[in-house]
Amino acid sequence: MALNSIHWFRKGLRLHDNPALREAVQGAATVRCVYFLDPWFAGSSNVGVNRWRFLLQCLEDLDANLRKLNSRLFVIRGQPANVFPRLFKEWKISRLTFEYDSEPFGKERDAAIKKLAMEAGVEVIVKISHTLYDLDKIIELNGGQPPLTYKRFQTLISRLDPPEMPVEMLTDTLMGRCVTPVSEDHGDKYGVPSLEELGFDTEGLPSAVWPGGETEALTRIERHLERKAWVANFERPRMNANSLLASPTGLSPYLRFGCLSCRLFYFKLTDLYRKVKKNSSPPLSLYGQLLWREFFYTAATNNPRFDKMEGNPICVRIPWDKNPEALAKWAEAKTGFPWIDAIMTQLRQEGWIHHLARHAVACFLTRGDLWISWEEGMKVFEELLLDADWSVNAGSWMWLSCSSFFQQFFHCYCPVGFGRRTDPNGDFIRRYLPVLRGFPAKFIYDPWNAPESVQAAAKCIIGVHYPKPMVHHAEASRLNIERMKQIYQQLSRYRGLGTRSENINLYGEEKPQSGKRVREGRLSERAVGLVEEDKGPRHEHNQRWCLSPRGRVGWKVSFKGGCGGRAGH
Amino acid sequence: MKRMKGGEEGSDDSSCESPAEVCKKVRKQLSEDSEPEVAESLDCNWARLPQELLLHIFQYLPLLDRAYASQVCRGWNQAFHMPELWRCFEFELNQPASSYLKATHPDLIKQIIKRHSNHLQYVSFKVDSSTESAEAACDILSQLVNCSLKTLGLISTARPSFMEVPKSHFISALTVVFVNSKSLSSLKIDDTPVDDPSLKVLVANNSDTLKLLKMSSCPHVSPAGILCVADQCHGLRELALNYHLLSDELLLALSSEKHVHLEHLRIDVVSENPGQHFHTIKKSSWDAMMRHSPKFNLVMYFFLYEDEFGPFFNEEIPVTHLYFGRSVSKEVLGRVGLHCPRLVELVVCANGLRPLDEELIRIAKHCTQLSAIGLGECEVSCSAFVEFVKMCGRRLSQLSIMEEVLIPDHKYSLDEIHWEVSKHLGRVWFPDMMPTW
Repeated sequence: MALNSIHWFRKGLRLHDNPALREAVQGAATVRCVYFLDPWFAGSSNVGVNRWRFLLQCLEDLDANLRKLNSRLFVIRGQPANVFPRLFKEWKISRLTFEYDSEPFGKERDAAIKKLAMEAGVEVIVKISHTLYDLDKIIELNGGQPPLTYKRFQTLISRLDPPEMPVEMLTDTLMGRCVTPVSEDHGDKYGVPSLEELGFDTEGLPSAVWPGGETEALTRIERHLERKAWVANFERPRMNANSLLASPTGLSPYLRFGCLSCRLFYFKLTDLYRKVKKNSSPPLSLYGQLLWREFFYTAATNNPRFDKMEGNPICVRIPWDKNPEALAKWAEAKTGFPWIDAIMTQLRQEGWIHHLARHAVACFLTRGDLWISWEEGMKVFEELLLDADWSVNAGSWMWLSCSSFFQQFFHCYCPVGFGRRTDPNGDFIRRYLPVLRGFPAKFIYDPWNAPESVQAAAKCIIGVHYPKPMVHHAEASRLNIERMKQIYQQLSRYRGLGTRSENINLYGEEKPQSGKRVREGRLSERAVGLVEEDKGPRHEHNQRWCLSPRGRVGWKVSFKGGCGGRAGH
Repeated sequence: MKRMKGGEEGSDDSSCESPAEVCKKVRKQLSEDSEPEVAESLDCNWARLPQELLLHIFQYLPLLDRAYASQVCRGWNQAFHMPELWRCFEFELNQPASSYLKATHPDLIKQIIKRHSNHLQYVSFKVDSSTESAEAACDILSQLVNCSLKTLGLISTARPSFMEVPKSHFISALTVVFVNSKSLSSLKIDDTPVDDPSLKVLVANNSDTLKLLKMSSCPHVSPAGILCVADQCHGLRELALNYHLLSDELLLALSSEKHVHLEHLRIDVVSENPGQHFHTIKKSSWDAMMRHSPKFNLVMYFFLYEDEFGPFFNEEIPVTHLYFGRSVSKEVLGRVGLHCPRLVELVVCANGLRPLDEELIRIAKHCTQLSAIGLGECEVSCSAFVEFVKMCGRRLSQLSIMEEVLIPDHKYSLDEIHWEVSKHLGRVWFPDMMPTW
């Protein structure tokens, strides 16, 4: 019986270091690489044009590279659960392979597909290659709970065996006698759609600052390593005005989509370090970017409510304000604070902002100034940010809003001062907010303080051509720090900075009796460092599967045959 | 068949017996009975649990669960309404349009006002940013006529919505409490439109009992108003207010012979407009405070522009907890090192791009009580930082430094520094990190 296999691309959009893909090809007569896309869904999803474009470019690149091996990419319109049974029959499939997806709804989806496959007599092979390590092993090593501090995470990592080596790129030799039957009308049936076909208006759309695809990713990583070697310094570079701009050696979106293997990056970094430093053991800080990503994946993998405040065992319940107008101003770069607005403009236009810029806007939205929920900010990033996937995005937002991970809430970023210290001349502002170009460096971060004559000379009157600042920062931050303190003080026994001085209990001699408060304290105890990680406290672990990520038409509905759900990655 | 009498008998001396002891008693009583029917009836005698046991158990239950329990039978319903269970209450007032959190059910609020308002002693109101919620809080306050509150807290959890309530409505509601309580001990009214006349009412009725008063950001109060409180309320131990209310006279009033030792004074120094001018407090006033209350905590929060620090830290000041919410200059931090010998905790949100090496070393040298420090957007060279930690040694129980603050130099890299610092602190230490991705 001829072995016909399907390799299912979701993330891992690459031919190098793809062990699951190799399994598909190994000893198979035919192989077909598929990617599922639901065009109906594209228009209504919370994913912006830059992310769609990046994805389509990744798929085009995959298709082009597969062509070199006499194969093609099959882009299937529809949802996996609906379409797989038909494909199994039509193509007489006996093997299905895919890269392991650690995210909770990914695991749920894959479990359903495995069941379908089993019923159809299809062997399923899953390989880990999106993360450096087997995340379940990290959790096991930590007594069954994911580490909630980066330090603890690093400690656990250092006890594990190093990551597995990346496997070879798929070549003609490796393909061997395996072929891909391609029909005449492959382009019509299974071709990569264009942005227009997905319903986007591309008129006037500027070219991509971050072009998608494995080919681009591999070029970039060489450039990235060249630059590191030239600098011969593996320390974290000092932040300057240039760091804010998109770099041709930037890698985060490629890691997110899997165009670049994290393991390949890891080993290339290690090799380079050893060569340059003639030292055999690189410090963990060398892999900073990769390990943060791994940390959030680990924290999220068993927590379907990781992206929510309610019902999330590691998230502190903070009484965020509901304020759609304020949120819109932030999202649309109309806050009146040039530093914030320039960053949000870059984000919307290009799809990437520097991590310190992310800190600045996240702090401004949540605990710094607007006191709006981190979940709202997370949704905006999900739409606009190329490298934001579920785990990393939610985790970072919780971190930056001091909702979890033992964060000190006094680290506040000033929307005027922080920008000024980073880029004193204000070039970044002028680049993304041309309306403010005429302002001198002295006033470009707080143009509302500029005398009328300066505003007139700049041909930009604040309140007319550019909004007035939407909050009074000193007052807002004073209030918000007080709010954070109130919350943290209520979490029993928290004695971090900013709360130590206030010992006297509001209730005087009598202890508060509301059972509710006691419970709340316990729920959040892990989140705020009251119980040492090593001891692994009791806490209510919410095992309910979340029906749908972000509350949209969810996976369960589409399983029954409707449209909707995640667009397959 | 004998019935257990434990319930009725036990309730009188509930205060001397722990529930565990009562339980033992009941069991002993049962075991003395040799009739098998009693053993059987033990299983269905939940209704006859002694009231003090029920009270103890109910105290562990969140309110909703308690309410369900109260529907089970008359005995449990009675227990639910025992005064002891209604001494503390936190009213949560939220609107769906402005908050994600649930509010206390309006029916429950009605019930409390009807049946338990005279049991309430420790009450707080948590309101969201809508004016509606703040007004609802005021309405409830106005109805607490039979209440003799010991504690009242008005807490805005987001924007200060009490400031949006018509002033007269707020004042009259608050006055109801002041007049009826006569034994208010703790009062938390930050960010509210409280004014001088209402403070006079507070004082007129509660001067013997008032111990704690938190009223930061109350713009309608004048220095004279707060002085009146200090003059009359000699038991005041904890006070929080804004700098514009602080005066030499206030400090002297708090240090008068009749006054108890002050334990805690919190002052918020907030700039409304750039270039704002702040008055100075004489050193002699602080000295008087120190003589009177040598152990008091002086907590100061600064939210100023860099050039507004002129009036501060030019002379010795007994501040213990110092928080700079905005950028503060090297020069001012240098003055802090010189003039704040009692400093216990220091937090600097931001400074700038010139290293704070000298200033930190000076603080380590002169501030011998320093046990907690937090540095945000600042810069310190690794060598200076290690020196600082060495000088402070193990008294530093909280060292919260952002990773970006530490600048590696010829002596120490980032990876080496955490070992050095851990060594001097006597525990494992890492800088605070932020995700980079």
